[in-house]
Amino acid sequence: MTIRGLLGDALFLAVLTAVAVPVGTYIYRVMEGQRTLLDRLLDPFDRLIYRVAGIDPERGMDWRGYAIAFLLSNLVMAIVVYLVLVFQTSLPLNPARIGPIAPTTIFNTVVSFISNCDWQVYSGETALSYLSQWALQFLQFTSPASGLLVAIAFARSFTPGRTDLGNFYRDFVRSLTRIFFPIALLFAIALLATGVPDTLGGAVTAHTLSGGVQTISRGPVAAFEAIKQLGTNGGGFFNANSAHPFENPTPISNLIEEFLMALLPTALLFTFGNYIKNRKQAWVLYGVTMGLMVVLLLVLYSAEAGGNPILQHLLKVSGANWIGKETRFGIAGTSLFATLTTAYTTGAVNAMHDSLLPLGGIVPLFQMMLNAVFGGVGAGLLNILMFVILAVFVTGLMVGRTPELFGKKIEAREVKAAAAAMLIHPLIILWPSAIALASAAGLAGIFNPGLHGLSEVVYAYTSAAANNGSAFAGLGASSPFYAITTGIVILLGRYPSMLLMLYIAGSLAGKKTVPASPGTLRTDTWTFGVVYMGVLLIVGALTFFPALALGPIAEQLAMLAGKVF
Amino acid sequence: MLAEIWRNVRLAIVTFLIFGIAYSVIVLGIGQALFPRQANGSLVTRGGRVVGSMLIGQAVTSKDLFQDRPSATVNPQTGKPEPYAANNSGGSNLGPTNRALVQAVRSDIAAIRPLVGPGPIPANLVESSGSGLDPEITLQSALLQVPGLAKRTGISAGRLRALVLREVRGPSLDLYGPQRVNVLQLNLALRRLEAKR
Repeated sequence: MTIRGLLGDALFLAVLTAVAVPVGTYIYRVMEGQRTLLDRLLDPFDRLIYRVAGIDPERGMDWRGYAIAFLLSNLVMAIVVYLVLVFQTSLPLNPARIGPIAPTTIFNTVVSFISNCDWQVYSGETALSYLSQWALQFLQFTSPASGLLVAIAFARSFTPGRTDLGNFYRDFVRSLTRIFFPIALLFAIALLATGVPDTLGGAVTAHTLSGGVQTISRGPVAAFEAIKQLGTNGGGFFNANSAHPFENPTPISNLIEEFLMALLPTALLFTFGNYIKNRKQAWVLYGVTMGLMVVLLLVLYSAEAGGNPILQHLLKVSGANWIGKETRFGIAGTSLFATLTTAYTTGAVNAMHDSLLPLGGIVPLFQMMLNAVFGGVGAGLLNILMFVILAVFVTGLMVGRTPELFGKKIEAREVKAAAAAMLIHPLIILWPSAIALASAAGLAGIFNPGLHGLSEVVYAYTSAAANNGSAFAGLGASSPFYAITTGIVILLGRYPSMLLMLYIAGSLAGKKTVPASPGTLRTDTWTFGVVYMGVLLIVGALTFFPALALGPIAEQLAMLAGKVF
Repeated sequence: MLAEIWRNVRLAIVTFLIFGIAYSVIVLGIGQALFPRQANGSLVTRGGRVVGSMLIGQAVTSKDLFQDRPSATVNPQTGKPEPYAANNSGGSNLGPTNRALVQAVRSDIAAIRPLVGPGPIPANLVESSGSGLDPEITLQSALLQVPGLAKRTGISAGRLRALVLREVRGPSLDLYGPQRVNVLQLNLALRRLEAKR
């Protein structure tokens, strides 16, 4: 670790926070229909979309109406993209004449992009036409928008006197035109300036200095890249994702991409503060979550900076663990990216996580297991609030006070639903992992032998369940076994917990707001912040410790003992 | 319910047209108009021929040039190893306790050893990158190659060292990324230096 590296990471997090707070307020204003800067320009667009689609933006929805619109819109969009991928060979914008895509790959890809996971079992430059990439880019706009809306609907249930959760379609259109589109466009231009290409020109043939021939894939990358990061999607244009120099050419583009993926989930905590009229609550949740993420970042950074002791001892190699990393980002920029992409469940990678050292690799894995270290757009805030409900319930039991959350009574119904939402995550990680490890088809996909192989499988299902999309990419994830099982896990990781949270929102919206009294357990204190973190860590640690012990922890000990597999 | 489905079909199509197509075309237009060099892949031409992209590393087979990092890419058709295959990016994905990692690094050291002489070798120069297309090496990895290259090219070590130091870049904003050199840019400068002699 270097002072410069630490300072750079610290400065980044400070700037991120400074921008996220006003953006949080902006999101609140957009979602509540208040005046914003771009109204005059964008109002006609909104009206046009309403008219074409036949939307009445004024009609309020209860939780059922909101949930149906959410599911139906996602289903229809998935079908549209499915058709584009199926008919790839007959559709335009395919300069490399790329052939058809395997059916299991199409299933996995559509499911993965509609769910904001962007787990990829194909490699972009060899499997997809430019039109297919644009179809996926469309989902990279709409899937974070969908997640955002469910979180906003949840936040609205705390507004005193409000019984509806808003209009899904109006929220959908406004979030796209006011939040995702302008920010993505702005940063697509910034990425162009750093060197990210954007062309329909197809691949170039170069005659290299050494006299060889090199085919260089290009494409409309800059537009794709901006929304890929902003929407915490993470599905790369190229196979190597943000490690590819065309997706991420300089340390500055790396900063932009890190900033984009962290911006909205961080801002949403402050948006929520606006909804419940309690900024301190937002700061408490932000503070403890950021504290945890910084600790994990330091673990990852120090592990990778220390290098691989086996190579240092056996082959007299000096310096950090450079395998799978790019020179331009350095160890600090790689560590920060790997930490952010799994905290904010984006899944873009600027280095190959499979080649991280055991203690480096445990950080991405653990953050996805917790699934509430900021999290993806909307989904992250929902997971944080789910753990807040559980923490309120647990503390309520301990001190003998009525559990209340932001003025609404928390009763058996809400606690049951939150507990169910919480339990889904470990179940859909550990059961499929066990099945994969007990079956020939599952074992056949493992690339790295020994303890690391176990981590590869657990990482795959953790990433799918957390809708992250990064991988220990040695795993042969394109086999039908993994394409189908991860696809199912992705769906189960996305929709059931969101529907349960909408159900809770519907239940809370119908309740009267109770004014705070001396008997109220306050949740906007640092004491509660610590309790909340305790609940999160105890649940995470108890559930996943056995898997971590058999995978990365055992591998770390093996590595220190100089053992190879 | 049917009305709701029909509404969603129309919504999906109009948003597809805006965020799948129109947004892409806007960025495409801005890129081609304002940043034509970057938007087309930062290509480098010499004598009217494309010799590569400034952002994409290329396989260096000549011993008279600065060497870049090992690359684990494979040919997309044959699946056989082909370093710096810029139509099929990717890393080796070798894990830290994989015997194959030790073997890969050992053979990469064996390949570079005759060019750099004895002593410890920086991991950056013998461990393959994530994309397999890394265009850069650290300053340390470049300077290590100077004495051997001076012997093979006949250009003095002092001039080669000055060349490397002229091409060095980073850290950006004085904080981000290591001090590093772009291997293609360095080798183009080296060729110019040779041509002048």
